[in-house]
Amino acid sequence: MKFTLSWLKEHLDTTASVEQVVDAMTMAGLEVEHVEDPGKKLAAFTVAKIVEAVQHPNADKLRVCQVDTKDGRLEIVCGAPNARAGLTTIYAPIGAYVPGSGVTLEARPVRGVVSNGMLCSAKELEIAEESDGIVELSDDLAVGAGAVEAFGLEAAIDFEVTPNRPDWLGVRGIARDLAAAGLGTLKPDTTAPVPGKFPCPITIKVDGDACPVFSGRLIRGVKNGPSPAWLQQRLISVGLRPINALVDVTNLISQDRCRPLHVYDAGKLTGTVIEARLGREGEKVPALDGETYEVGPEISVIADASGPIGLGGVMGGASTGCSDATTDVFVESAWFDPIRTAQTGRTTGITSDAQYRFARGVDPESLVPGLELATQLILELCGGEPSEIQVAGQAPAPPAAIVFDRTYVKKLSGLDVSAARIDEILTKLGFTVDGDTVTPPSWRRDAHGKADLVEEVARIEGFDSLPALPLPEIARPPGGALTVRQRRMRDARRTMAARGYAEAVTWSFMRRDWAELFDGGDAKLVLTNPIAADLSTMRPSALGNLIDAAARNARKGFADAALFEVGPNFRGDQPADQWTAVTALLAPHTPKHWAAKQGGGTDGDSLFTLKADLLALLNEIGAPSLQVVQGQNAGWWHPGRSARLQLGPKVVIAEFGELHPRILKAIDAEGPMLAFELNLDAIPEPKRKGVKTKPALELSPLMPLKRDFAFLVAADTPAGDLIRPILGADKALIADARIFDVYAGQGVPEGMKSVAVEVVVQPREKTLTDGEIEGLSGRIVAAAEKAVGAKLRG
Amino acid sequence: MTDLTTLQAELTARVDAAVDLAALEAIRVEALGKTGSISELLKTLGKLSPDERREQGPKINGLRDAVATAIAARKTALETAELDAKLASERVDLSLPPPPERRGRVHPTMQVLDEMIAVFADMGFSLAEGPDIEDDFHNFSALNFPPKHPAREMHDTFWLPEDEHGERKVLRTHTSPVQIRTMQRLNEKLPSWIANGQEPPIRIIVPGRTYRSDSDATHTPMFHQMEGLVIDRDIHMGHLKWTLDTFISRYFETPVVETRFRPHHFPFTEPSAEMDVRCDRSGADVKIGQGTDWMEIVGCGMVHPNVLRNCGLDPDQWQGFAFGFGIDRLGTLKYGMPDLRDMFASDVRWLDHYGFSAFQAPNTATGLS
Repeated sequence: MKFTLSWLKEHLDTTASVEQVVDAMTMAGLEVEHVEDPGKKLAAFTVAKIVEAVQHPNADKLRVCQVDTKDGRLEIVCGAPNARAGLTTIYAPIGAYVPGSGVTLEARPVRGVVSNGMLCSAKELEIAEESDGIVELSDDLAVGAGAVEAFGLEAAIDFEVTPNRPDWLGVRGIARDLAAAGLGTLKPDTTAPVPGKFPCPITIKVDGDACPVFSGRLIRGVKNGPSPAWLQQRLISVGLRPINALVDVTNLISQDRCRPLHVYDAGKLTGTVIEARLGREGEKVPALDGETYEVGPEISVIADASGPIGLGGVMGGASTGCSDATTDVFVESAWFDPIRTAQTGRTTGITSDAQYRFARGVDPESLVPGLELATQLILELCGGEPSEIQVAGQAPAPPAAIVFDRTYVKKLSGLDVSAARIDEILTKLGFTVDGDTVTPPSWRRDAHGKADLVEEVARIEGFDSLPALPLPEIARPPGGALTVRQRRMRDARRTMAARGYAEAVTWSFMRRDWAELFDGGDAKLVLTNPIAADLSTMRPSALGNLIDAAARNARKGFADAALFEVGPNFRGDQPADQWTAVTALLAPHTPKHWAAKQGGGTDGDSLFTLKADLLALLNEIGAPSLQVVQGQNAGWWHPGRSARLQLGPKVVIAEFGELHPRILKAIDAEGPMLAFELNLDAIPEPKRKGVKTKPALELSPLMPLKRDFAFLVAADTPAGDLIRPILGADKALIADARIFDVYAGQGVPEGMKSVAVEVVVQPREKTLTDGEIEGLSGRIVAAAEKAVGAKLRG
Repeated sequence: MTDLTTLQAELTARVDAAVDLAALEAIRVEALGKTGSISELLKTLGKLSPDERREQGPKINGLRDAVATAIAARKTALETAELDAKLASERVDLSLPPPPERRGRVHPTMQVLDEMIAVFADMGFSLAEGPDIEDDFHNFSALNFPPKHPAREMHDTFWLPEDEHGERKVLRTHTSPVQIRTMQRLNEKLPSWIANGQEPPIRIIVPGRTYRSDSDATHTPMFHQMEGLVIDRDIHMGHLKWTLDTFISRYFETPVVETRFRPHHFPFTEPSAEMDVRCDRSGADVKIGQGTDWMEIVGCGMVHPNVLRNCGLDPDQWQGFAFGFGIDRLGTLKYGMPDLRDMFASDVRWLDHYGFSAFQAPNTATGLS
């Protein structure tokens, strides 16, 4: 919404400048978007008089003028047909920037005659869309007077109103707050009742659901037409288009008092009853904006005997609009329910000035005063004879009184404000102070409780006087500010970054068909109003987004990508369906290197690099040791080159491997790509919670020994399955077991493979005898055989 | 009697001339071996009379020592020369690059998140979290947004479809629902990471993803917020002002940043405010703490009595404040990313340029950044 300083001064007795008004508004809670100041761009332009105008010697359409300007008498070349001796117009000096034509003036000859400036049209000054010739001004204006004053131009303050303060949608409401803030004195309201000369011949009926209260009166014998200049200028100054006097009066009062009104051409009404009711299925309203709206029982309409003639509180109908031919006008001043009006706005898509105000809550007590003010102005501008006022329905109850202990101001805000000052502020804002109770005015339907009153006092007293007090010390949680899970998220990030992965943050939503690739895409998780079709569905996995990110990077020429994300995935719409994943993606396209081994495509190394990264990550975040299970991964993994890490038989902690080419193709990504997805929430919290001391370290003084074993196992036995039984063969003595060779081929029976394992034995108390080592070897071989059928290779 | 002096001169000359260790060894055997020339001379000592022995002994032993010393010296020289030659042959071209390595990065939003946590943890705040998909109660009703009220329209909410009860879930439009989840215990079983009721006093921060249907250079449909909530007996707006002032000064690492509290409106706080920081927008980058402009940086206020009541807390007993920062936006202000949308575009060049090293974990000892 916009207003000007001169408009504000209709209500506020003040000497404040625009800047002071803007500052005071800001500190009172009115957010100023910007100040449109036409004076700034026209500062260089001044009034001038043409003394003589003669034909240009070399051009038919140009005149050479002698002009009296603030810079003395100048010779100026002008092409306007109305450039004539005696004309008062606007002069732009050399060096001035002409906003309407976008040029900066230079002293240069025009067809051989030097022009020492320019005479301007309204279009060149950007005060009119079109113009014919240079500006023609009143001869009373003195040479050298500013163009801004000559046109009566004024800065418009454009501001935003929070939904709690509809009273600020009228200039008087702003004036009231500024007066309370000390910027001036609120002028008294001079609206006086206009006595009716005859009973209102139109009967008003209301259905309380559609419109709680509705007032109106007929004014007959009016003469409608364009508004006077002052009214037109006032509307233009805030960006409104003048239409005709009757309509302009309603727009003025809407802006001035936040009191929307509507005028009907009474001659076009059918019957003698105007009714505010809910719409009926199938009814249509051709509205003033030229569109026809279907209405239903959730929308308020205004109807006469012909049916609906307007959308209540939103927009009038085309059939009863006022024109220059209107002689009898019915003026409506009603109160529409905010929620219903907001609903009507949403259903019809209309956001009119009236709809905006009613949806936020217009002052129900302003019905009759607004109607009287409109009558006063219409009689002044259009003449006519008013009927008596008719009111139907019941205004909503006024705000209730609030019991207010003045010490609560200090308790809640920390501000020291005396009780007298508190009462003064509230009174200036229109609140009624009576001992312990404070009653909000009818236009402050947002004020319900004592905290609201504290806000009033604090914002008028000024938030800049708030003290700054340190928070009291409190006991710190023993584990720090983070929970174990939050700490793991943080550690996961830094581990992955340390291992060469760049952290991405991708949308929580993705294309539905991509979500379906990862077993997602449930209709429950598809947004009804996505911002774009490819961001419609809550993601079941971040993999799709990371694959797409790597593919997009590849298309820009950066195919070698290692990305990860720590973020939520969604199984369903319940809180428990959300889980946190660490998702990593490796698109190995290592640059050529002089020492690189030969080899192409995805070699085993990259997959095991990824596995190493995953295991390092699990180690950093304190996961227990896990079991590798192959062949059971979800369908988006390469069936042969992927596995999962499990805790026991059921809990899957992570899946990793190469991604299925089908998935990459669907996302338009060039393979191969490797990935893992780790469910951070599935990792159990450490048992030794809060214990800082580490278990005692036992260092054996004895040298560890190493023994190699070559086992024969079936070719499809996972070699890694040998490790656990070997370690279990003697938990006290066996410190480690590492696979160092896997071989199939000559010397190994068909269908078998040889797995060579180096076992590290750490004697604890004494050196082992040959016999003891022999016995241990036997137990190792037996354990391997029992677990996976392994035989010692002969 | 052989002339010992001549023998010594001859032998040392041959030792010094030995070209390699093998030649040197041959000379050693010839002179000092079991039947070597000097060994033979030593054997003659036993046959001499005591007087002769007294005279010849030191001479022959002197000869032996001198030759042995010469051999040892020559051996060291030959070994050094041999090693030098071997090492010289092992020269590699160290102008060659090492194998390529990827440089990992922490996303700037997450770095900023860690910086914010570092500052607030120091003030005694703990983290709390809640789900991204919320119900109307937690996102709106409990936070004092009246049903169908225009205040809801300020939020450009993303909606999920109506369920069988006619209720629609939303993508949370702010992290404020976690205020409710922290103050009010639900009887349903929730995963342990979701806040579920805590007795006051409360002092939490709530980072997380939030969603609004908006997209331009300064708005993205998903962004990160950090909510703060402090509930105690006597917490007032002065504590709020100190907390935010202190945070801004520590986060931007400048002793004092001029700030301004302005009244505002949020349904869930009363009084409500926005805080602006002094900034300079005259150049290409916004400079915080200088210049003549103000920039809105955080919305805040005293928790609305209705919100406390909705969570079962008596507003006459408990009061406090809440605030909400845009994490991504604080990041752009400190580190200068021009377009918020790039944060979520996963361009590897952008991540490398604006990202942070794994080892730059923010802490109060080395500074936040």
